[in-house]
Amino acid sequence: MDILKEISECLQQGDDQKVFAFTKQAIEEKVPPKEILECGLIGGMNIIGEKYRAFEIFLPDVLMAAKAMYAGMDLLKPLFIKEGIPTVGKVVIGTVQGDLHDLGKNLVGIMLKGAGFEVIDLGNNVPPERFVETAKKEGAYVIGMSALLTTTMPVMKRVVDLVKEEGLSGRIKIIIGGAPVTEEFAQKIGADAYAYDSVDAVESVKKLLKKP
Amino acid sequence: MKNLLKRLKNEEVLVADGAMGTMLMDFGFKPGEPPESFNLTHPEVLEEIASLYLDAGADIIQTNTFGASPLKLSFYSLEDKTEEINRNAVLSVRKVVGDRAFVSASCGPSGKLLKPYGDTEPEQIYNSFERQINILISSGVDIICVETMTDLKEARLAVKAAKTVSPSTPVMATMTFDPTPRGFYTVMGTNIEDAVKGLEKAGADIIGSNCGNGIENMIKIAKEFRESSRLPLIIQSNAGIPEIKDNKPVYPETPEFMAEKAKDLILSGVSIIGGCCGTTPEHTREIRRVVDRYHV
Repeated sequence: MDILKEISECLQQGDDQKVFAFTKQAIEEKVPPKEILECGLIGGMNIIGEKYRAFEIFLPDVLMAAKAMYAGMDLLKPLFIKEGIPTVGKVVIGTVQGDLHDLGKNLVGIMLKGAGFEVIDLGNNVPPERFVETAKKEGAYVIGMSALLTTTMPVMKRVVDLVKEEGLSGRIKIIIGGAPVTEEFAQKIGADAYAYDSVDAVESVKKLLKKP
Repeated sequence: MKNLLKRLKNEEVLVADGAMGTMLMDFGFKPGEPPESFNLTHPEVLEEIASLYLDAGADIIQTNTFGASPLKLSFYSLEDKTEEINRNAVLSVRKVVGDRAFVSASCGPSGKLLKPYGDTEPEQIYNSFERQINILISSGVDIICVETMTDLKEARLAVKAAKTVSPSTPVMATMTFDPTPRGFYTVMGTNIEDAVKGLEKAGADIIGSNCGNGIENMIKIAKEFRESSRLPLIIQSNAGIPEIKDNKPVYPETPEFMAEKAKDLILSGVSIIGGCCGTTPEHTREIRRVVDRYHV
């Protein structure tokens, strides 16, 4: 089997040791790192995302696939830095202040990384200022926020307002999601996008980065 | 009070109380804090909520201990207060209900993910539940209720811990399912048939589902449970899926609507009917009325 296909298959099976071994082999065989990432790791995660969305697989399978993906990424990262290949983009994510629910946010992080994004995960209970400061410092173009509790949703508006106050609207895009969050709410508070689930989040972030 | 399992065997239908979390919010609980912190600071609120549900006709009143396992409390650095938090919760409910209702101890998920997909060993989760349940039993609860589980392995660990600590205390075990195009599954991928097998094998006395769904889906879930199990069933439905109005969640299912649909739960062979998120003492009162009228 083609080694990139092998990487993708092993990733889907959640076999981190094999993904590590085949990625190493591919690097040694001088397969371009970008190709290993796109056809092997991202290719595998795309299929995982689709299957998860179709309820053919569930959270444990996604988490295992993510572990396998990281095993390969860790080998590729130094090569990207050495060759100066930029990532698709940087995204700052976190669960808003007052909210400790991070399962959905973690899934979004996995899927974004699986699509080649560099993800800065601020964890949960993140104050509004930290989202904006981090995005500025890291040069991220997108802030992604999650909330499970209805009562913490107003924090999302605070972040949108902060970005505006700092004159960064348009430069830093904001995408929100979480069980109680709706498209309507996103529009109301002036967020740039709403994502229904983790796969949707990746598509939305891609669209946001294309928009001027 | 007569033995719970005997009453269920005699085909009695019992009413369990409604939501705790959404009720606590009405009493000034601030999201972001653990709801169990009220057990240390506001036991009088726990008594008030218990008495509202008792007056509404509940046969089973739950304690405010959903997140009171030491593992879960460690998210808030409150694990050192495990003993006090669990004991206070039981004593508050018992003080109000005496022997007029069963006191059922809520035991929710640990918040940790098991290996290999997570980082936690099964022993850690088992020990955490064992410690919580030890306190609950010694504080005098009548029932252990392992609830809102999505990982069958974790649910089984909790049930086993309960049965090891006190083999004679009835254990209810409920899981939370999502409707998918392929049927009902938990977010971790357990379907109803597997849930039944796993929970029965672990030693649960009463099984079923809570949270995540409004009552119409719960009727479908109950029927599937009935097809694969002979154990008594418990269903605790949300008052629908909340919509956000003025930054507050509004649960669409009225007490009358839920009570009307509760008839179908009785017909599907459910033994214990209660409520979850968004239900109130008014929901309990209406369900009580229907149970009394339609169950002879």
